[in-house]
Amino acid sequence: MNLHEYQGKELFAKFGLPVSKNKVITSADDVVNACRDIGGNKWVVKAQVHAGGRGKAGGVKLVSSPEEGIEFANHWLGKRLITYQTDSNGQLVNSILVEECTDIAKELYLSAVVDRGSQRIVFIGSSEGGVNIEEVAENTPEKIIYEPIDPLTGPMGFQSRKISKVLGLDGEQSKQFAKMLPQLTDLFVTHDLSLLEINPLVITQGGKLHCLDAKINIDSNAIYRQPEIQAMHDPSQEDPRESEAALNDLSYVSLDGNIGCMVNGAGLAMGTMDTIKYFGGSPANFLDVGGTATQERVSKAFKLILADPEVKVVLVNIFGGIVRCDLIAEGILAAIEEVGVSIPVVVRLEGNNSDIGSNILAESSAEIVSLNSLEDAAKKTVELSK
Amino acid sequence: MSILVDKNTRLLVQGFTGSQATLHSEQSIEYGTNIVGGVTPGKGGQTHLGVPVFNSVHEAVEAVQPNASIIFVPAQFCKDSILEAADAGIKLIICITEGVPTLDMLIVKKRVDELGITLIGPNCPGIITPGEAKLGIMPGSIHLQGSVGIISRSGTLTYEAVQQTSDLGLGQSTCVGIGGDPIPGTSFIDVLKMMELDDQTKAIVMVGEIGGTAEEEAAEYIKDNISKPVISYIAGQTAPAGKRMGHAGAIIAGGKGTAADKIKKLKECGVHIAENLLQIGAKTKEVLG
Repeated sequence: MNLHEYQGKELFAKFGLPVSKNKVITSADDVVNACRDIGGNKWVVKAQVHAGGRGKAGGVKLVSSPEEGIEFANHWLGKRLITYQTDSNGQLVNSILVEECTDIAKELYLSAVVDRGSQRIVFIGSSEGGVNIEEVAENTPEKIIYEPIDPLTGPMGFQSRKISKVLGLDGEQSKQFAKMLPQLTDLFVTHDLSLLEINPLVITQGGKLHCLDAKINIDSNAIYRQPEIQAMHDPSQEDPRESEAALNDLSYVSLDGNIGCMVNGAGLAMGTMDTIKYFGGSPANFLDVGGTATQERVSKAFKLILADPEVKVVLVNIFGGIVRCDLIAEGILAAIEEVGVSIPVVVRLEGNNSDIGSNILAESSAEIVSLNSLEDAAKKTVELSK
Repeated sequence: MSILVDKNTRLLVQGFTGSQATLHSEQSIEYGTNIVGGVTPGKGGQTHLGVPVFNSVHEAVEAVQPNASIIFVPAQFCKDSILEAADAGIKLIICITEGVPTLDMLIVKKRVDELGITLIGPNCPGIITPGEAKLGIMPGSIHLQGSVGIISRSGTLTYEAVQQTSDLGLGQSTCVGIGGDPIPGTSFIDVLKMMELDDQTKAIVMVGEIGGTAEEEAAEYIKDNISKPVISYIAGQTAPAGKRMGHAGAIIAGGKGTAADKIKKLKECGVHIAENLLQIGAKTKEVLG
């Protein structure tokens, strides 16, 4: 799960990290009060969406009067911001962060991730901030430090000094960073983060470290023990079908083809998409219906797939392991009747009792093509999608 | 021979009396696996599926001497259950449960490594040595005793590879599902090492998927250390970047972890590639000659 910048900064502030004075607004009427409460005569207004690249897309602006802020709010609220990280529909802007303006002397980069290789939380720092870190890693790897944190000891002082050196901090800033590193680790561990990124971390004209941006992702597996984070969930930033699927405990990712896919198991679901592509078709979605593939789950999966108007044919690929394929076949038929499926459905059943299952489907009145081999099923599906 | 599990495996089931554990334990017993007992705190003293239930792993170890444990408890209790089995001295632990928080696994992984324990999973189908023992949720009927070792990050994809190698008469030595999470207890490399030393294994099928760099690391290892032929299929060639494809570990992040990168690296290191999942069996047969 992702958080908005303003939510990330709330967490930063809670853990003692330096962020700008700010207010979140959801209506242009609140801009004047926000500017007054923050004070000063210059403010930064930032559209809040779950995507990077907002600045280049016009979603961040420096304003020198509340009126300019109102104009920005009127322009963006309720509209969709398209950046290089979003799809062509962009992301809905339903809140704007108004911040006091920070005078920047230098931009740095700092992030923390769970690194699969070292199996540790790793801090990544660079003296090159405000830019795409992947490019820095590619072109000037010597400007980046990767510092793994031992879960037993937490971050140590020497690690803070190592990172400070690569960031190019002076003595006072290094002392400030020595406080920040444990605070960031504490935030990461307390709230089960999978990513924390501050790009840029800046040195102000006054010589202080300051978190100018906040990107936070939370481990979905740990959401159950993070009630505070759950309350920050913003479904407007997600594909509505993906949100619906998540509510029903199905794993669904929307794609831009016309073949609906329903598969049990995530790996096989990906493999099925690949097979469709291999035979010249284009999948409309990834959908893992889960190990059990009961009638109830299959019905919900059909509803999700059919909610996409592009879908012309559905391929159901079930490897019946422990669950018997005849039971799955009956579930599929009942689901098709319940949902009222009117487009062709190709079903491939393999595994336990698959012959009986295929016969049940073949003898039904529904418009179902039942094939035992995945190759035949995929070819038939692609043919029907043309 | 085979790896990790065989007829001598004495299995303990943690979370024994739950519905999933019961279903899969019944199937395992039917397959011939020697389940010596189970653990469900508060239900010690009962008998379930014909074997004793204990309140703790320590009590079970004392009474029935298991040498492997399989875990079916809910995700929020897995850290505790794995560490309990580890503390009780069990050296092979299989965690089937999906959805274990990643930060729990960071701690667990460090601890089991220190203790020299093999942890398989979480979020995996388990291990099977066909004809000997089934420690997991895979359908026993599709397996055939034979010469192909299978290692996979995905459950149902493993079943495809198993079915295809069974249909072609090759059969399997041992199949290990290492699971689809970002921090698995056992890596491809750990299992490759064991299969290289196993006489029964003549070829190794490695089923990977997008996300992380485990396949690339395995490729490097294979190049220098594995003399047996390795056949690989990578799922997710059509997956979009930045989206989690079901498994917590299956996500292309920051342009890293694509199927194309993995296939390129595997090819460079001499691994045979099944371009499509339909070709896993045929490719293996071709390589074995």
